[in-house]
Amino acid sequence: MTPAALLLALVLLSVGAFWIGKSRSLALVGGHRGVRNLHSLPSHYGVMTAMWCALPALAVIGLWLVFQDAIILRLITGHLPAGVRELPANELSLVLNDVRNLIAGNIAADAASGPVRAAAAEYLHLRGISRMALTVLVMAMAVGAVVVVRNRITPELRARNGVERVVEWMLIGCSTIAVFTTIGIVASVAFEAFRFFSYVSPIDFLFGTSWSPQMAIRVDQVGSSGSFGAVPLFAGTALISFIAMMISVPIGLYSAIYLAEYAHPNFRTWAKPLLEVLAGVPTVVYGFFAALTVGPALRGWGAGLGLDVASESALAAGLVMGIMIIPFVSSLADDMISAVPQSLRDGAYALGATRSETIKQVVLRAALPGIVGGVLLAVSRAIGETMIVVMAAGLAANLTANPLEAVTTVTVQIVTLLVGDQEFDSPKTLAAFALGLVLFLVTLALNVLALHIVRKYREQYE
Amino acid sequence: MSSTNKPLRSAQETQAIVARGLRRRYWAERRFRAYGFMAVVAGMAFLVYLFFVIFSNGLGAFRQTELRLDIFYDPAIVDPLGTRKSDDLQAADYQALIRAALKQRFPEVEGRAATRELTRLVSGSAAFDLQRRVMEDHTLIGTAEPRWLLASDAVDLLQKGHVDRVLAEAERPLNDRQLAWLDTLAADGALELKFNKTFLTGGDSREPERAGIWGAVAGSFFTLLLTLLLSFPIGVATAIYLEEFAHRNRWTDLIEVNINNLAAVPSIVFGLLGLAVFIGFFGLPRSAPLVGAMVLTLLTLPTIIIASRAALKAVPPSIREAALGMGASKIQMVVHHVLPLAMPGMLTGTIIGMARALGESAPLLMIGMVAFIVDVPKGITDPATALPVQVFLWSDSPERGFVEKTSGAIIVLLAFLVVMNTTAVILRKRFERRW
Repeated sequence: MTPAALLLALVLLSVGAFWIGKSRSLALVGGHRGVRNLHSLPSHYGVMTAMWCALPALAVIGLWLVFQDAIILRLITGHLPAGVRELPANELSLVLNDVRNLIAGNIAADAASGPVRAAAAEYLHLRGISRMALTVLVMAMAVGAVVVVRNRITPELRARNGVERVVEWMLIGCSTIAVFTTIGIVASVAFEAFRFFSYVSPIDFLFGTSWSPQMAIRVDQVGSSGSFGAVPLFAGTALISFIAMMISVPIGLYSAIYLAEYAHPNFRTWAKPLLEVLAGVPTVVYGFFAALTVGPALRGWGAGLGLDVASESALAAGLVMGIMIIPFVSSLADDMISAVPQSLRDGAYALGATRSETIKQVVLRAALPGIVGGVLLAVSRAIGETMIVVMAAGLAANLTANPLEAVTTVTVQIVTLLVGDQEFDSPKTLAAFALGLVLFLVTLALNVLALHIVRKYREQYE
Repeated sequence: MSSTNKPLRSAQETQAIVARGLRRRYWAERRFRAYGFMAVVAGMAFLVYLFFVIFSNGLGAFRQTELRLDIFYDPAIVDPLGTRKSDDLQAADYQALIRAALKQRFPEVEGRAATRELTRLVSGSAAFDLQRRVMEDHTLIGTAEPRWLLASDAVDLLQKGHVDRVLAEAERPLNDRQLAWLDTLAADGALELKFNKTFLTGGDSREPERAGIWGAVAGSFFTLLLTLLLSFPIGVATAIYLEEFAHRNRWTDLIEVNINNLAAVPSIVFGLLGLAVFIGFFGLPRSAPLVGAMVLTLLTLPTIIIASRAALKAVPPSIREAALGMGASKIQMVVHHVLPLAMPGMLTGTIIGMARALGESAPLLMIGMVAFIVDVPKGITDPATALPVQVFLWSDSPERGFVEKTSGAIIVLLAFLVVMNTTAVILRKRFERRW
């Protein structure tokens, strides 16, 4: 059976197991009238039986599928002709790749060489055997478990406790996924990044000022070693993020103040969600908007003023990114302003301050830590934003502070290095992971700092 | 104490000082308020302008220029051997039928260059349409019928007013001769803008007039469906554990900090994780909705968990105490009483998370869901792309016709997002309970 069919069969078996366990427990106490003699509800006995039927079998299927491919490949490698088997490791893996492609139907059978075809046939044969063995094993385990559990059911059996313990462990298991994700990010990105640092020293990477990641195809080619100095990327990211913050902080902060302190409740109820729509628009739409409308418009205006504006200028990307970030700043600032106790405002009014004076000298000062935290979160969002810069910023790594020139960013380079077919272990591909590591660490630091500030601030007024 | 030696200001003097400043201070007040109002208006103006640009560019994508020709299904061309077999019919030169029909319509056109210009008015893919028609109905062979054919993208642009007729001939995609032919066709009513079915039902194509979003929609559908199936149970289970079972200790603190941080990690980093772990380590197929869904699951989990926890927190403790007091176990209390009450809030959070996942494209670029794929995916392991990635791909295409298609795809994407978010709002309004 294919794995999918096997899973389906297992599901059906578990349903059957539920029914068997439930009816067995009822039969033991003489039907529904004797239910009070059971320790747990009949359905608990059913669920227990189903769990014993499904969970061990699922574990076996999972492990089997993880290791099946590797073991079969090892076996067929042993049967390849000696000439092929003794190839260097990387050429051998190419041959195995051919085998895999042939099985997947990616290459036609007559395009493959004899040994490859033989190996593919053997692979399919072995896989058939393996699947049959798995089917027999899993079915035997599932049915056996049902039989054993059915005979173990007694009215005193504490089925509920067992079932609930398993459910609780499942809940715990689900909650660890967040931790494993973080570990996965750090481990995978750091692992590839360290492989990159075995080609390029971290000092050159972090402090070099020239970025041209092309790698030579031939060894003797001119400029065969690309240079991986990431400072222009960091500078470009900083420039675009700075422009974005110059747009979003004033607009976001002023709109938050207006909506929280001045606006009529009716105006607020429809203006606030409307502003938040800006955050719900997919970033790819902003990217298209920047590339199609804002970039050319800036270029046109620049030409009118006698300025030379690049068509993929940092200004265009930064402007549009700033628009995208407005709602992040405004809704966080709004929260923070609303959290300032009314008594502080009343005190200022009592001293004769006008509303704007109260806001500027009392409310904003009281809310400042929270607002700073919110702005830091927005900065981290700007640094990590990808689609807008991929579509509207340039590819050339210029080290410049002129917003009218084209710059490139960390995220743009990650995308450019990884989109398309590349081998996994060239420094060019690995450089993307090194950039990803830097990006992750910087945003993580910003987030931790910001969340810390915001939390401390919230506690202050609670 | 020197201040005691100074004469105190009288009340009148103080009032005079305050009164002198009042005008200025009231002005500052009004100015400040106006700045705030302007900021709100600016934000909304951006929004309106963004939508205006997208819609004014994109509505044209839903209409497509077609031209009518009298097609004669010449047996000598369609089925020269007279076998009526599918293989032979498929291999026939349907372009020749179009050439013949054009020749018949414009008998005065002579010479190679002119004929080529004439055939360029019709889309290169119109022949496939004829092919399909003949394959479906063999009795057509030997008959003639007027048929609406897809016009080329240059003609389409002209018809939608994107081509300036006043421009010098060399700068236009269509020359004077072609314009004249088109004018005769238009005068006959044989050149029309029709509803563009291909755009909504077709797969991707290199030709703008032939490109459709159905492949991308299907890819997004499979990806989102799987994301939902993975992230909703895991997210809800995590929220239940953290909110109802976990004791506060270092481990649960660690989980909480992790969730909060993951919510703010750039999405492209999740793409790197997917590339290195799911594709590089586990060897799952590239470009497949399966991997896309796994990455998007990790991406949306924090959103769902945070929303679900808020929903659980909103259920008053009295419900729990009542259930426990009646002898329910903790799991029974949660499953029978707390979960149903918290479900609307959880669903709202999940829909919002799904909407975010639908608009996400950066991580999908990393795992290769960015290829040019003509076929509509049929399962979770077929190579596919997603709607936002299709937008990205088309926006990169040099043909002018794709600007319209890109905006059209964005309109479809936004429509889906509006539907999802509206559902979430309605759900919240309808089932919101105040305790």
